[in-house]
Amino acid sequence: MTPRRLALCPHWLAASLLSLGVVAPAMAQEEPIKVGILHSLSGTMAISETVLKDTVEMLIEQQNARGGLLGRELEAVVVDPASDWPLFAEKARELLAQEKVDVIFGNWTSVSRKSVLPVVEELNGLLFYPVQYEGEESSENVFYTGAAPNQQAIPAVDYLMNNVGVERWVLAGTDYVYPRTTNKILEAYLKSHGVSDQDIMVNYTPFGHSDWQNIVSEIKAFGSQGKKTAVVSTINGDANVPFYRELGNQGIDAADIPVVAFSVGEQELTGIDTAPLVGHLAAWNYFMSVDTDANYDFIDAWIEYTGDDMAVTNDPMEAHYIGFSMWAEAVRKAGTTEVDAVKDAIIGVSVPNLSGGYAAMMPNHHITKPVLIGEIQDNGQFSIVWETPSTVAGDAWSDYLPGSRDLISDWRKPMQCGNYNVVEGSCGGGTSEDVATAE
Amino acid sequence: MRIPDSLCRLVVLCLLAWLPWVAQAQDDPGQTLLESLDTTSYVEKGEAIEAIIASGDERSRRWLEALLGGKLQRHKASGQFVVVLENRGRHWPVVDALGFEEAGEMSRRELDRIGINNALRGQLQGALAVLDLHADEVDERREAARALLGDIDATLAEPLQALIDSEEDGEVRRLLEQALAIHRLGQGEMAAVEDLAGSLNSRVRAALSSASRSDDPQLAQAAGAALVDIEQKMKLNRGLETLYFGLSLGSVLVLAAIGLAITFGVMGVINMAHGELIMLGAYTTWAMQQLLPGQPGLALLLAIPAGFLVAALAGVAIERGVIQFLKGRPLETLLATFGVSLILQQLVRTVISPQNRTVVSPDWMSGSIMINEGLSLTLNRLYVLGFALVVFAGLMLVMRRTRLGLEVRAVTQNRAMARSMGIRATRVDILTFALGAGVAGLAGVALSQLTNVGPNLGQNYIIDSFMVVVFGGVGNLWGTLVAGMSLGVINQVLEPWAGAVLAKIVVLVFIILFIQKRPRGLFPQKGRAAEG
Repeated sequence: MTPRRLALCPHWLAASLLSLGVVAPAMAQEEPIKVGILHSLSGTMAISETVLKDTVEMLIEQQNARGGLLGRELEAVVVDPASDWPLFAEKARELLAQEKVDVIFGNWTSVSRKSVLPVVEELNGLLFYPVQYEGEESSENVFYTGAAPNQQAIPAVDYLMNNVGVERWVLAGTDYVYPRTTNKILEAYLKSHGVSDQDIMVNYTPFGHSDWQNIVSEIKAFGSQGKKTAVVSTINGDANVPFYRELGNQGIDAADIPVVAFSVGEQELTGIDTAPLVGHLAAWNYFMSVDTDANYDFIDAWIEYTGDDMAVTNDPMEAHYIGFSMWAEAVRKAGTTEVDAVKDAIIGVSVPNLSGGYAAMMPNHHITKPVLIGEIQDNGQFSIVWETPSTVAGDAWSDYLPGSRDLISDWRKPMQCGNYNVVEGSCGGGTSEDVATAE
Repeated sequence: MRIPDSLCRLVVLCLLAWLPWVAQAQDDPGQTLLESLDTTSYVEKGEAIEAIIASGDERSRRWLEALLGGKLQRHKASGQFVVVLENRGRHWPVVDALGFEEAGEMSRRELDRIGINNALRGQLQGALAVLDLHADEVDERREAARALLGDIDATLAEPLQALIDSEEDGEVRRLLEQALAIHRLGQGEMAAVEDLAGSLNSRVRAALSSASRSDDPQLAQAAGAALVDIEQKMKLNRGLETLYFGLSLGSVLVLAAIGLAITFGVMGVINMAHGELIMLGAYTTWAMQQLLPGQPGLALLLAIPAGFLVAALAGVAIERGVIQFLKGRPLETLLATFGVSLILQQLVRTVISPQNRTVVSPDWMSGSIMINEGLSLTLNRLYVLGFALVVFAGLMLVMRRTRLGLEVRAVTQNRAMARSMGIRATRVDILTFALGAGVAGLAGVALSQLTNVGPNLGQNYIIDSFMVVVFGGVGNLWGTLVAGMSLGVINQVLEPWAGAVLAKIVVLVFIILFIQKRPRGLFPQKGRAAEG
């Protein structure tokens, strides 16, 4: 904790000198802008979250090399919530109340975000959340730079339905909030497109499930009914590795039953021998194999920063890249790091993404993203086989769930509401059963 | 996934290859062929692939293979087509795609990949399979014929018939006939149902099941009847399969638990760091594979003794460093070893990486062996099952037939008496703990073939391990074997009905009830040992 004390020291010094009227206000401006990083560096989620911490640190370093922001240096304040959901709330409080950070980049799992949410709202902080999630949420203090279901799951299903001709669907997921909500949305979506109940199989497994024999065998039986079958996988993180291995060993290849995954990226594939997986799909808004100069520059910088020639980049990293430039742009626009000013300034801000286009912050605090479908290659990379013709704006409230269909979110004045019910014409209308279970 | 006219054209192209104009072409015709591949439309790419097959160019096989592997790329600036030899990292060695001479290194930034999708991959695999039907090796021909099941279209049907007549191998003939029958069934031919009846192949079942939904009521009925018959046969297979799944899960549980059966069961030490000892074994496998690149099989074999040693040494360190000071204080031991487990996890995260490590499966452990067309056993799990039994037998031998085993039993039954008989109890403690830890390391080596090798590996198995040991009866190795296997089978039988989450809960509830009824587990120790 020594670094924190040291960091606090000039703060205290400046304040006391100011009160004595000794020091000119210009000195206080020299104080660095504090960027909080709230990612697990230990525990189960460290596997995914450590790279995001490194990404933000790299972005801060780059920004400082360009002369900082508003003439001030940026300083990273890193805390470790250790994959412990209640600890996320405590650490967020520490960042906002003690460290007085100007912005937080952090969280991976939905449950950790839900735990941080009341703290960020109470202390009026700014949180940039970089991971694809289940939607059904819009907070005044949170900016969702990852994909909402309509920016990942729905387009992926569209692709399978229209371009691959899939008629039977296995919705397989890990048993927690993101897969359950996403699958609920997908089921409603599929049924609205005339898929019958018996052509949908839903399956949930516990976290870290490693024995996939029976499930893969069931999927195989389900898929040998003469209709093209696909698996839509919301299986979390590294439970995918034994799942894919079992698929390969039981002889299911992508040509028979393709698996499209929403949580498998380059990072997860570094832990597997990808040869048996060639052709299985993933839907993201960014792949490391995107062929643009901006992306190659980012990769080169990342490899240089990590010192690992084999280091990979992934979608949440790009989300932080976008989130960081949006925040920096908004601070420049507002001329201050003051939270309310930045919150207002950031809506409508548009910055380049890594896939050759622009990402814009929408009034519902979600951003516009292209949707890419990639097939796994034998070198652990994805080959992009399809993409949306233009970017898709994130939808906080799904149009396919009965409770959330009527809700919209708009944080601009004068509405300033995260769940405005257009039928009832009032804010805070989302209390139906479905929204409740989704949360 | 169809293979439009490939075989038919192949025959034609063989003739074409002799035609003089091909040789007379001044420019390399390959350039034009490859150029037509460089398009964003997958339909056009499909046509270009057809054209390559039809061209009869002797390089076409290499092109198609490179395309299939995503290795066929184009230099952005010069437009030169190259085949990438190794596509990891940022700079790739390449060869020219026309002359196949070396063309140095090119960076990812300079190259444009000729991408394919699953449909094209199917088309390419089909085309290559058709070529493979002419291979000299019987196995290759069988593989190719199997790949063609369900992928035959009208243009292929006729030349295939000719191939069947000239084929020597019965199995290949049978497969090709089946493939043809599936095609005929698709055309609505009644006789095809008879040819397919009784086959357990999943593609045959898929074809019959779509025929049973056909508009022709007679065909639908016949196909339906054939399907019912097949389903009947499949029932036995499914039963066997579930049993295999259960035994395989059971063998994993036994492997994870058996080291604990020694440290906890025999010595009475509650070692919460047991899972991390398993993790160390798995990391040893990874380290061995790093030391011996390109020889995953040898590395895996060497990892067996190495994993045992590493985990045993770590076990000795834990015993000497922590446990010996806490003898007879189970609660403190539990907390202290839990602390050790956290330290070990974080150590691996900091020193190696928080990311999972890739452990490659050697070829002889990938895939499955086919018992019949409806039942195949996955090889990696078969090996693990065998390995678990060998480890168990070895451990039984050590405990029953060696001096160490005798001393261990003596010390655990009556420490004071054993010491007065001249047994050095401290030495026995160390060796026993090392043995238990080493076996955990062996479990890690086996698990590296089934699951992720990462810092969290151990956590996933610690609860299961204790469950198995307690259920089997503390202090009884046979109990651990029977408990592990039966829990595995129960779990797998329940899973299709209840789902994975509920099956786990049901098993836990079952164990709680069982322990209520028989607190000492399946095989309680009897006599004085039980009181000790």
